[in-house]
Amino acid sequence: MSERFRILIAKPGLDGHDRGAKVIARALRDAGMEVIYAGLRQTPEMIVEAALQEDVDGVGLSILSGAHMTLIPRVVHGLREAGLEHVKLFVGGIIPDEDVPALEALGVSGIFGPGASTEVITEFVRQRLAGS
Amino acid sequence: MELATQALGGNRYALARLISLVEDDGAEARAALTALYPRTGQAHIVGVTGAPGTGKSTLVNQLAQSLRERDQTVGIVAVDPSSPFTGGAMLGDRVRMRDLAGDPGVFIRSMATRGNLGGLARATRDVVKVLDAVGFAVVLVETVGAGQSEVEIARTAHTTVVVEAPGLGDEMQALKAGLMEIADVLVVNKADRPGAANTARALEMVLDRSAPRPNLSSGDGETRQLWEPPILQTVALDGSGVPQVLDAVAAHREHLRASGLWSELERERVREELLSLLQQELLRRTVARVGEEQVQAWTAQIAARQVDVYTAVHEILGE
Repeated sequence: MSERFRILIAKPGLDGHDRGAKVIARALRDAGMEVIYAGLRQTPEMIVEAALQEDVDGVGLSILSGAHMTLIPRVVHGLREAGLEHVKLFVGGIIPDEDVPALEALGVSGIFGPGASTEVITEFVRQRLAGS
Repeated sequence: MELATQALGGNRYALARLISLVEDDGAEARAALTALYPRTGQAHIVGVTGAPGTGKSTLVNQLAQSLRERDQTVGIVAVDPSSPFTGGAMLGDRVRMRDLAGDPGVFIRSMATRGNLGGLARATRDVVKVLDAVGFAVVLVETVGAGQSEVEIARTAHTTVVVEAPGLGDEMQALKAGLMEIADVLVVNKADRPGAANTARALEMVLDRSAPRPNLSSGDGETRQLWEPPILQTVALDGSGVPQVLDAVAAHREHLRASGLWSELERERVREELLSLLQQELLRRTVARVGEEQVQAWTAQIAARQVDVYTAVHEILGE
């Protein structure tokens, strides 16, 4: 039997469009994962706290607001401070190409923009969570 | 064992890891539960159940805030269903509990049922034990959105809160056996909506007929003051009526203590747990002793009508 992955899906910041986050959450559920859906308007601190309490293997953030270069580093540092450096971080939303290297350097495992298919995303997430 | 020690010392990540271990079962989890068991039995375990969409999570969010105002620490276990097809689950109860973020006196854990019926996960009871052992004063257990027979919570919690909402069905629904019978406190949530008073009245009528509750009748012929489940109205979105629910929950705890039912229910619970574990273990051992091939051979014979299932069981057990 394969391991049962747990993943937190959250929307940090203030933009209120959670359709994408819900679509991904559902796709990951259908891929057999236990998805903890935290929903809208999460602060980085709330996300780290939920990741800790739920003992997740991964965190998926949906950001459409353009605040990713502010929010993601705070989540990354928060996870590290909480002793959760093993938790894989995925980001979806509107992320300009020029920001990608910086985010990858921070340790973000996967970045997905508009048009990425749910099949590609779930397979990628599954492989990363399985440690490859 | 180290995790248990760290969790007892207040390390929240150790607590989270420990809960995962217990969820996945295994030797390490059992050893930890053995070590923690003497420390359990302190928390007031409160179940919150009801049909999907009645507002259980929102009410749990409010109950936890009120408990914090009363200086009580709160552990929350929120159960949602696993898909029977993929094993995946969408655990969405935290969405309603954002007010509790950042409070070190609260710990929220979402659990998937992982194939268990009855409204809880198989490991829920053990996860509650862990939260109890590390010192949470109250453990709130939110069940999956329950239909009529998801009543396992009554065997896990000291006090069961059943949440209803206006417009979900007439008196006939409430008259059916099951959920209504396990209520120690009945809440009509969304009381700002039309029909709330009617729903409360229908419940009132039904409760008169369902008392006394058979599982609480004492066998020794003693007469005991019976607990009458109060029917309370709340608007969980803004918190109206929530302190009254908490008062009723506390009063029920006092009732259990004063009447001696607390320890009686505890024994009932332990007995049931013991028998169910014995059942699992004996089944496992019997199948291991007989061997899977034999089980398949018996299965084939029974399916071919060469032998009936009762005879097969007797033969397998060597009787």
